[in-house]
Amino acid sequence: MGNHPREQFDNPVVEWVDSRLPIFTILNKEYGVFPTPKNFNYFWNFGAIAMFMLVTMIVTGIILAMHYTANVNLAFDSVERIMRDVNGGWLLRYIHMNGASFFFIAVYIHIFRGMYYGSYKRPRELLWILGMVIFLLMMATAFIGYVLPWGQMSYWGATVITNLFSAIPYVGEHIVTLMWGGFAVDNPTLTRFFALHYLLPFVIFAVVFLHIWALHVTGSNNPLGIDVKGPQDTIPFNPYYTMKDFFGLIVFVMIYCMFIFYMPDALGHSDNYIPANPLSTPAHIVPEWYFLPFYAMLRAITFNMNVYMLAGLALLAVVLVEFVWRHKPKYLNAPIGFLIFAAGGALALFGFLADMNQDWEIPMSAAEVAPVPAKLGGVLTMFGSIAMLFIMPWLDTHPIRSARFRPLYKATFLLLFVLFVALGYIGSQPADANVAGIPLSVFGLALTGYYFGFFLVILPLLSRFEKGRKLPLSIHEAVLAKKQQFQGVSA
Amino acid sequence: MKARHLIPVLAIAVGAILPLAPASANSGGAEPLVHQDWSFDGPFGTYDKASLQRGLKIYREVCAGCHSLKRVYFRNLEGIGYNEEQIKAIASQYTVQDGPNDEGEMFDRPAKPSDYIPSPFPNDNAAKSANNGALPPDLSLITKAREDGANYVFSLLTGFEAAPHGVEMSETQHWNKYFPGHKISMPPPLSPGQVSYADDGSPETLEQYAKDISHFLTWAADPYMEERKRTGVKVILFLLVFAGIMLGLKKKTWADLH
Repeated sequence: MGNHPREQFDNPVVEWVDSRLPIFTILNKEYGVFPTPKNFNYFWNFGAIAMFMLVTMIVTGIILAMHYTANVNLAFDSVERIMRDVNGGWLLRYIHMNGASFFFIAVYIHIFRGMYYGSYKRPRELLWILGMVIFLLMMATAFIGYVLPWGQMSYWGATVITNLFSAIPYVGEHIVTLMWGGFAVDNPTLTRFFALHYLLPFVIFAVVFLHIWALHVTGSNNPLGIDVKGPQDTIPFNPYYTMKDFFGLIVFVMIYCMFIFYMPDALGHSDNYIPANPLSTPAHIVPEWYFLPFYAMLRAITFNMNVYMLAGLALLAVVLVEFVWRHKPKYLNAPIGFLIFAAGGALALFGFLADMNQDWEIPMSAAEVAPVPAKLGGVLTMFGSIAMLFIMPWLDTHPIRSARFRPLYKATFLLLFVLFVALGYIGSQPADANVAGIPLSVFGLALTGYYFGFFLVILPLLSRFEKGRKLPLSIHEAVLAKKQQFQGVSA
Repeated sequence: MKARHLIPVLAIAVGAILPLAPASANSGGAEPLVHQDWSFDGPFGTYDKASLQRGLKIYREVCAGCHSLKRVYFRNLEGIGYNEEQIKAIASQYTVQDGPNDEGEMFDRPAKPSDYIPSPFPNDNAAKSANNGALPPDLSLITKAREDGANYVFSLLTGFEAAPHGVEMSETQHWNKYFPGHKISMPPPLSPGQVSYADDGSPETLEQYAKDISHFLTWAADPYMEERKRTGVKVILFLLVFAGIMLGLKKKTWADLH
């Protein structure tokens, strides 16, 4: 940085600072003249919007922390004092409470954008992974933040989610004890959650910095998913995208404000206005809406994975690696592969039936001796679903980025999106709910199956076999063609 | 908008709306709530001060026998239309414990506007022991702590009826159409003519009582609602104008491209 000749600024104060610390030079390079593809649509606003939400959450959060008391006997009352006695406290708290939801809305759209237009692909894999790290940190921060008001859902949500970690073999119980700071969710849990809830947003901020740094190395993707070929494809970030981001941000904030001022409690659960009571379990414990699809995947695994099922799954994995992931099978030929596939499928099904029908008393199929009990299976599935996103750049190696030129990817991906939302609905329902006599968890399992199938099978297959449409030669040409077409229509 | 743009937009829209679908199941097979028209409904809704004051009267004469309203200060009653003198007069009818004084003794004194409304029982155990083991919940947040709170309270108070044939009921249980599980420990608290509305001539019916107390409790749970909605109008209008200006500015900036 320091080795390049620096352009002088006219303003003497700016110049004085910049010649000692080239902060204005960097700002100008990264946000002033930064060459940006000129064909962004409004999906590209959501990075800036997410950044705005992070800052909003940190600012309101710091002020809330000045009035909040992290103590099981006082936490709920202190939040109510904020709502009733602190000047503008109700506004601060509603901004923060709904801000969590709108931060997730922005980030979910941002991730959707990245998946739809192939922003995770070479050379942006690390940028994508940093984004996923942010997403994970956000989930942790949001979860522990929801515990702080110490209402019924806070307490029972914390109990259910921390208990999940006990499913981890050998160390699970110790991890849970460490998280609780004792042998139940109690005051030590609340105080450490508060400390972490104050810390993690700054960690997120640091990773956001890396995320943006990586972005400014590779440059932005664009709706066509083709590389920038030259200066005619780009425009300076300022004023074009500063203006566009600003407009998009205000529209987003307007919708956000409708919730803050007119339905501030619509996204929360009414039970959280009841002070936490360890002796009374709510009828129906649900996480916040942004966790529901993952919660549904957690609950979809209602069966224990015994040795038969695991052996069957292992065989299926062999077939997956050899015939789906590899471009040419290396160790097996087709007939043997088919045999292994059939054997694996049969074994997995047998294991499943043996677990469902414990009265058959098949050796080594008893629920107690299953290496992966249902709870661990659910936890693995839930974390696995996020792991899929991390490794997505290596599952989808298709050279075309944008779904616009990949009709099959587009169809299967949009189906994934709709099913993901449906999973959210399933996650919001009571565990014993059913549709037309079929337990909802069966649908949950089917949709979870599609989720993993999309990543592990469909993406690698499409990478090999999808032909895709013809790509435009350059961004500039595509923009011009669109313009001419538009003028042709209007003339 | 072209079709290829429409599909992701539609998908997003579906995604945005589906999670908002009502998440809670109708637990305990309770009936759907009775829905009332409330003056505080909608983006411009306000509280009806006369109804709030009647609601306070019901709370003081009926509910306060068992239920606390511990998050409400007497001074907050300004929000239901009382002036300082009236609030002082109301507060002075209550006795609160203060202290310790210079001799280290706790002492009783008349309540002041800066005091919370005193609770009927000193603690939860005392409340339970006086109510056959059931704890009458604090009412300061009740309409926020129940789904569709105002309608829930109204429905509950008007939903008592005789238990269906063949249902086992203990001595201290009462049948309520709208209560999850139907068996509620609270006896029917209101009956027509029980509270005098001589001051303003409103009908002294069960429905009117239920409506006024639900209205009052909605205020108690959400005292800043009017300010919130008023601020909201200003904020949204400001943002609308701002968005318009930014759209114009964005278009002007982009006009010189290509």
